[in-house]
Amino acid sequence: MGRYVIRRLLQMIPVFVGSTFLIFVMVYALGDPVAALFGDRAPDPATAAQIRRDLYLDHPLWQQYTHYMAQIFQGNFGTAFTGQPVLQLMGSAWPLTIRLTIVAVIVEGVIGIILGIISGMRRGRSVDTGVLVLTLIVVSIPTFVSGYVLQFLFGVKWGVVNPSVSAAAPFNELILPGVVLALVSLAYVTRLTRTSIAENTRADYVRTAVAKGLPRRRVILRHLLRNSLIPVVTFIGTDVGALMGGAIVTERIFNIHGVGYQLYQGILRQNSPTVVGFVTILVIVFLVANLLVDLLYAVLDPRIRYA
Amino acid sequence: MSGSARLKWAVCASAIALTATACGGGGGGGGGANGIVRASWGDPQHPLEPANTNEVQGGKVLDMVFRGLKKYDPKTGAAQNWIADSISTSDQQNFTVKLKPGWKFSNGEPVTAHSFVDAWNYGALVTNKQLNSSFFSYIDGYGQVHPGSGNPTAQAMSGLVVKDDQTFTVKLSQKFSTWPDTLGYSAFYPLPRTFFTDHAGWLQKPVGDGPYAIDSYTKGSIMRLRKWDGYTGDDKAKNGGVDLRVYTDSNTAYTDLQAGNIDLVDDIPATQLRNVKRDLGPRYINQPAGIIQTIAFPMYDPRWNGTSMQKVRQGISMAIDRASITSKIFLNTRTPATDWTSPVLGDKGGYKAGLCGGVCTYSPSQAKKLIQEGGGLPGGQMKIGYNADTGSHKEWVDAVCNSINNSLGNDRACVGAPVGTFADFRNQITSKSETNPFRAGWQMDYPLIQDFLQPLYYTGGSSNDSHWSNADFDKLVDQANAESDSAKAVGDFQDAEKILAQQVPAIPLWYQNGNAGYSSNISNVALNQFSVPVYNDITVG
Repeated sequence: MGRYVIRRLLQMIPVFVGSTFLIFVMVYALGDPVAALFGDRAPDPATAAQIRRDLYLDHPLWQQYTHYMAQIFQGNFGTAFTGQPVLQLMGSAWPLTIRLTIVAVIVEGVIGIILGIISGMRRGRSVDTGVLVLTLIVVSIPTFVSGYVLQFLFGVKWGVVNPSVSAAAPFNELILPGVVLALVSLAYVTRLTRTSIAENTRADYVRTAVAKGLPRRRVILRHLLRNSLIPVVTFIGTDVGALMGGAIVTERIFNIHGVGYQLYQGILRQNSPTVVGFVTILVIVFLVANLLVDLLYAVLDPRIRYA
Repeated sequence: MSGSARLKWAVCASAIALTATACGGGGGGGGGANGIVRASWGDPQHPLEPANTNEVQGGKVLDMVFRGLKKYDPKTGAAQNWIADSISTSDQQNFTVKLKPGWKFSNGEPVTAHSFVDAWNYGALVTNKQLNSSFFSYIDGYGQVHPGSGNPTAQAMSGLVVKDDQTFTVKLSQKFSTWPDTLGYSAFYPLPRTFFTDHAGWLQKPVGDGPYAIDSYTKGSIMRLRKWDGYTGDDKAKNGGVDLRVYTDSNTAYTDLQAGNIDLVDDIPATQLRNVKRDLGPRYINQPAGIIQTIAFPMYDPRWNGTSMQKVRQGISMAIDRASITSKIFLNTRTPATDWTSPVLGDKGGYKAGLCGGVCTYSPSQAKKLIQEGGGLPGGQMKIGYNADTGSHKEWVDAVCNSINNSLGNDRACVGAPVGTFADFRNQITSKSETNPFRAGWQMDYPLIQDFLQPLYYTGGSSNDSHWSNADFDKLVDQANAESDSAKAVGDFQDAEKILAQQVPAIPLWYQNGNAGYSSNISNVALNQFSVPVYNDITVG
């Protein structure tokens, strides 16, 4: 087990270096950001040269990259064009996005699994068909549509919540954005759970449990559910990274100043330290989440052993 | 604001005072309580230094927190003496500036001649990397503090001399009669000592001499400005303060306005223009701003600069149906342009409707004839360069091309040529590698006809992206700048503009309006010529 974890952690190093380099190249390929700082006015060459020198932009790409990586290992993620250190941006953005992701994971986990169990247990009946149709609709609606529609309905039409989230972004204000962010994944979780449950209801061990005269509750919760949830847990685990990255749209709609917002600003202003810094952390989150899911497998299913 | 909210606010405020760290907002609720205006904002792109702020979001804050020598009247655009008692000259080149006594920064420091001279020297010095440093280029000695390359040979401009606390003199490197009228621009604001002694601290919470003081600033999300009671100017704030909330998406800001979560939105999203009158009624503002949109020709490219090409350029201008495009695509938030300035200048300031004459009048048959006489479009096709990332330019560029194609009876005469990012677009233009006509927008820095002509069309002008050069035009601009009588100066500028109407280095398309919407909580809302709300006049309740 320990050796497996170490091997996985070592594998992360090339992924980390490769992904940061790729992102660096992509932002670099967008062109020189200094001209845009001057707006519609032609840049003053002397000032532009000073800014380029300051941002290390007057060096070739590979030197910029090594300079940037050296800085990162000293704990310096560079500065945005507003003069704010990227580390400070991260400090304000990550807590918001993590909170939003927690809400989304809870929503998709709890509601998705409950719906999945209900329709899985009543396979082929009208409830099951209803849930299937409903999830199909949800999957086919893009997030920005459901986001704007729910925002308008709950925020303006019915006035239940504020359409935008305040700067502090407490959990109660994040419920609607969390639901919007979770919707598509929620549909997948429902369908996964349903299939898994429907399959396992006919498994030998369930029949045995029923034959033993165990109460129905206990059969479902202890025997059926625990075995059926393995693929669902995998999905939710890997989805954490996707939710954080996918929050760009949701954060924009609800004016949450989290990771998505900072990434969007960084891309628009072509500030490579911001973009590379945030994406790097996203990559790490993704890798760690994957590792945790793989380890969780062994816990849920004793048959799986890592060496 | 409820009792608990007020307590929370007090705790936040004291926490900021003690640790200078950020403090999150307390959520919705308190609709305009205590006379606070809740307004939408965009994250400023640069640190909030006067000489380093060249976009409207940062400029908004500076205009609330600072006052300069002059101020532009929000209605007429006329430059009025504000901190300046007088700015006098006998030769249009040497100016003596006298200040009114009694002006103070909100930290109690008096505003003196040094506050201005030090600020301007800071803005001009190349090593300070201020984006607006070129505004000081008219001052004598700019070349020493801001050489084209290499290190500066002086730290201060020789043209600025402090006589006493209330007086300083300015020597310009050329005659420029309307120079005093440029001094209302934010780059010329004075700075207190703390700006130089504690720069990082000042940037966290800028201190100025205007009607508002910054109470707290959480970068990237909210700035709380409060009325400064010690302000002695005539334009005191009529509300208790302004909360500027950063929105990433103008649609969200608009939705918040509808939900009563915010009072003032000064950027109506294009998608909502159809509904805005129904949603807001009289609380929707749509008025001219000092912005003109043009299509500039790459005059450095021989394909567009040939002697016969003048007719082609005129013809293209006549092939564009401005009226239909402004009404159908922009829903009348733009007005067809008939000169190269802006209606906000007023007739006295140099705006002259119809100066462009037939060249800016839609006439398909004439257009076709002129283009044929000029030898046709170079290569048989023209492309219009634009950036695709911001501002949704695709829609109108396609419409302009469509109009040209219809006029010429050729489906392939004109197509759009998008460039991925604004930075790349600007790079191509400034490096002269853009070989197509390209979209160009100009937002005035100060309401003067000079600002619409000299930077854009004077030989070597700071924004002369076409690299057009005409000796007669330059001569008329010089003459206008040396003129002591402003009416005569305006006349000279208009004569220069008539040369543009013949040569058409850039096609005027339309004047852009400023848009805003506000809630029923506030009243007396207006936009100035820069399409920025006049915050200090807004009343709450």
